[in-house]
Amino acid sequence: MTSSLTVQNLSVRFRLPGATVHAVSDACFEVRRGECLALVGESGCGKSVMAHALMGLLPANATVAGSAWLRTEGAPPLDLLAAPEKVLARTVRGRRIGLVPQSPAAHLTPVRTARAQLAEALRELGNPASADELAARAGLDPAQLDRYPHQLSGGMAQRVVNAIALAGDPWLIVADEPTSGLDRPLVEATMTELRRLADDGRAVLLITHDLRAAERVADHIAVMYAGRVVSLAPAEEFFAGPRHPYAAGLLEALPSRGFVPIPGRPPELTDLPSGCAFRPRCDRSTAACSHLPEPGPVACHHPLEHHVAR
Amino acid sequence: MLRADGITVAYGRQRVLRAADLTVAPGVVTGLAGPSGCGKSTLARVLALLRRPDAGRLTVDGTEVRRWRHRASRDLRTRVALIFQQPRLAVDPRLTLREIAEEPFHATGRPVEDLADEVGLTPELLVRRPHEVSDGQLQRACVARALALRPRYVICDEMTTMLDASTQAHLVARLEAYRRETGAGVLAITHDEELLTRWTEPSGGPTVRMT
Repeated sequence: MTSSLTVQNLSVRFRLPGATVHAVSDACFEVRRGECLALVGESGCGKSVMAHALMGLLPANATVAGSAWLRTEGAPPLDLLAAPEKVLARTVRGRRIGLVPQSPAAHLTPVRTARAQLAEALRELGNPASADELAARAGLDPAQLDRYPHQLSGGMAQRVVNAIALAGDPWLIVADEPTSGLDRPLVEATMTELRRLADDGRAVLLITHDLRAAERVADHIAVMYAGRVVSLAPAEEFFAGPRHPYAAGLLEALPSRGFVPIPGRPPELTDLPSGCAFRPRCDRSTAACSHLPEPGPVACHHPLEHHVAR
Repeated sequence: MLRADGITVAYGRQRVLRAADLTVAPGVVTGLAGPSGCGKSTLARVLALLRRPDAGRLTVDGTEVRRWRHRASRDLRTRVALIFQQPRLAVDPRLTLREIAEEPFHATGRPVEDLADEVGLTPELLVRRPHEVSDGQLQRACVARALALRPRYVICDEMTTMLDASTQAHLVARLEAYRRETGAGVLAITHDEELLTRWTEPSGGPTVRMT
C-alpha cells in the first residue's frame, strides 16, 4: 500500500457573531507518494483553511465535517479530522506531515539563530541527524546557520524552513503559499525543490494562487472557488484547456495569455448564492445553475468542451 | 516628467542605490525590473517623496523637490501616488475599507467623492476592516486611495505580486483605464517579465532594468 491522503467531503465552517463562514464545502481529493497536487484559487477561497484543517490547526470557532484519511505504510489509517490533538501532535505534525509555511521570514523566531531552530526541530522529532547534515541536504551552507533570520536572504530563509519541515522525515509535505512575495528566480528554486521532494517519493500538497508556479511542479491541479473544489484534472490536461468556466477564466487572466480579468467578484463566504457559486460571474449560466452541480472532476452544468489555447 | 537624477541612498553603511537615474513620462507605462534587493523599492519611495535621497535630484514636472515626506508641499506630494506590494502593511487596521479609500480627501480637506464604483467593492465590503477581507479586496481599496486625488504619476511597487491572476488583471486594467483617461504616467515595478511586457506594451513605454 502506498501512503496517501484521501480527503472526502471536507467542510469547514466558522461561526462568527451573526454569520457563518462557509470556508470549505464538500472538498474531495487525493494525493499519493511521488505526486504533487496543486490547490489553486483566488485569495480568500478557502485554500489555507483546508491546510489548517488537515493539520488540526483551526481556531476554536471552527466546525469540521467529512473525513481525511491519512494512510501511512506500516501504520493504521488515521482520520485527521477525528484524531485527538495528542495523536496529531505526537505522530502526525512534523513526522508524517511537514508544513512549509507561507512566509519563511515570519515563521522563524527572530531572536534565535537558524541552527538553534533546526536543532530544536530535530530534537523534538527525535531525529539523530545534526543540523549541519540537514542543512547541507537542503542546499544550505552550514557556515551560514549561525545567522539570525533577519540576516538571511529570502532564498536562504526559504531553505531553512524547508529543512525544518523535513526534520521529522514526513512523507507528506503541505506547502501553504510558499512563494508569495518571492521574486521569480526564488519561485523557480522553491518549485524545483518541491518537485524534487515529490520525485524522491514524498507527496506534496501545494497551495498557491500562482498558476505558473503550479504549472512547474504539479501532476494534478485542483481549482477551488468559494470553498468548493470545482475542477480536478491532470496538470497537462488542465493547462491545455480547463473545462470548468472558472478555471478557464483564471487561466485566461494570466499575463502570458489573455490578461483579462474574470468579470465580477467572488461571493462572500458568509452569503453564498444558491446552486453554483460561480453562476453570477459565468457567461454560460442557465436556470440549471441554480442547483448545485454534481461534484466530480468538473463541477459544472455546462463544462467547456474545448478551450482554444493561445 | 517625474525625473530622478543621480539618486544615491544608503541605509547605515549599506548603499542600496548608487547614482540611479529614472524618468517617468506622463501618458505611458514605464517598466522597472530587477532582482530582489536591487533597490527598486527604495527608488520607488524616493520617487513618491517618501524618502530623501543622500544625493541626487528629483523633479516633478520641472519643480525640484527640496522637502520630503510630510514637509513636501501638498501640491507636489499629491502629484505622485504609491501603491505598495503588501496592502496589509499599508493600511491603518482600525479603519474600514471606505475610510481607507477616502483618507486622501480628509487629509487634504477636499470634499469626499464616492469611490465605491471606482474599486469594484460592494457596500457590504466597504464597511469591513482590513482583517475581514482578502488581500485582493484590500489592494482594491489601496488602488482607490492612490487614485483618489487624481495623481499625475502612479508608482506601482510589485502591486500584484501577492494576488491571483484574475485580481492582477483587474487591477492592471483599472490603472490602464486611469492612465488613458487622465494621461497620467505609471511606473510598473515588477520582477515578473511576462506581466511587465503585457503592461508596458499598449502605451509603448520603455523598460528600465536595474542590477
